[in-house]
Amino acid sequence: MNRLNRNQMAERVAQDIPEGAYVNLGIGLPTKVANYLPADREIFLHSENGLLGMGPAPAPGMEDPELMNAGKEPVTLLQGGAFFHHGDSFAMMRGGHLDICVLGAFQVSAGGDLANWHTGAADAIPAVGGAMDLAIGAKQVFVMMEHLSKNGECKIVPHCSYPVTGIGCVDRIYTDLAVIDITAHGLLVREMVDGLDFAELQRLTPVPLTLAAAAATTVTA
Amino acid sequence: MIDKTVSSLEEAVAGIFDGATVMIGGFGIAGQPAELIDALIAHGARDLTIVNNNAGNGEIGLAALLKARRVKKIICSFPRQADSQVFDALYHAGEIELELVPQGNLAARIQAAGAGLGAIYTPTGYGTLLAEGKETREIDGKHYVLEYPIRADFALIKAFRGDRWGNLVYRKAARNFGPIMAAAATVTIAQVGEVVPLGVLDPESIVTPGIFVQRVVAVPGLAQARVA
Repeated sequence: MNRLNRNQMAERVAQDIPEGAYVNLGIGLPTKVANYLPADREIFLHSENGLLGMGPAPAPGMEDPELMNAGKEPVTLLQGGAFFHHGDSFAMMRGGHLDICVLGAFQVSAGGDLANWHTGAADAIPAVGGAMDLAIGAKQVFVMMEHLSKNGECKIVPHCSYPVTGIGCVDRIYTDLAVIDITAHGLLVREMVDGLDFAELQRLTPVPLTLAAAAATTVTA
Repeated sequence: MIDKTVSSLEEAVAGIFDGATVMIGGFGIAGQPAELIDALIAHGARDLTIVNNNAGNGEIGLAALLKARRVKKIICSFPRQADSQVFDALYHAGEIELELVPQGNLAARIQAAGAGLGAIYTPTGYGTLLAEGKETREIDGKHYVLEYPIRADFALIKAFRGDRWGNLVYRKAARNFGPIMAAAATVTIAQVGEVVPLGVLDPESIVTPGIFVQRVVAVPGLAQARVA
């Protein structure tokens, strides 16, 4: 089967972000989505540290230590962009003003619980940042993650074994194998990669799946 | 004549007492008032409770304050970073207390203090480890956690320009926690790249009105000089 690589996953998520959307891309894999947003769409990227209209990385030598993204990497501000303080920034999240946020995850449960902030290991220093605010704030929460962990365990689970970030907050999961909506009636498979059949996807996923009537085959460049 | 400017960093941090709660602005190093922190280290106050988004980067600024063993507790959202080795070592040695707060709750609790609210109900963190043991309430079908304000004895913040009444404007993403911390502390101390005469700051564009600021100290710096 044509399992997607991480860039193709980012490209696939980018296809679903419409013109005019206010979007927060989480640290790590979701940051790559910005590289694939179509140039003909105006999309507003939000960064938790007080930016709307965030642009790409600056040219070498033009980095500004006071213009960073949430991952503390240098960025730029587009014309029309704005700066604001942390209270306003998190009001944009918590207040439901962001249309979409895209987050990475350790696990997502069948009920849409998200685990992405802490492994729960006894010696790990916990750090949460804005993960819990993003999880519950945006109108739509997209998760992008590999379908299986490095140990081959499915990251879509009946119940999260890692500490949760938010309860029932995930709307859609993009993996390297499929696009799956979390609905009131369970997990609905919207798309699968070329060469993967539904029975195989179900075999890999320890949660009951339903194949959407209009399920498609994933297309990337 | 009211003049909140002070002529030295030493004077700016005067009176910070042992055991004080001190908010420090910044997101990583953006907006971190590094010179005020250095002055605080020289000043010598200890057993501090620090409120910041992070727990220090590298060996400078907040990390240096931690390394000098002046901090007994830190309230923050994201302590662990690639260059948070000073905090990491203190934490693993059991020599610093950590109160981990989701970033938006950190902001909201600071804002609640500045706004004089007794507490807030926030949806963030509901059902997670960080809400364990906390009071919750269902309002209009949604679940919320009761969180209390975070106020401070002092706030150390960094702004771009200020005037003698304490009005401040910021630069780019260095604004972050500055405005909300300014409102939540008894004594807010701002280091600014430039002190300008009254009237130079456009009243329509002042971000922090002087009522929230008690001391202003000029610290011309590289970042502030790069006006874009």
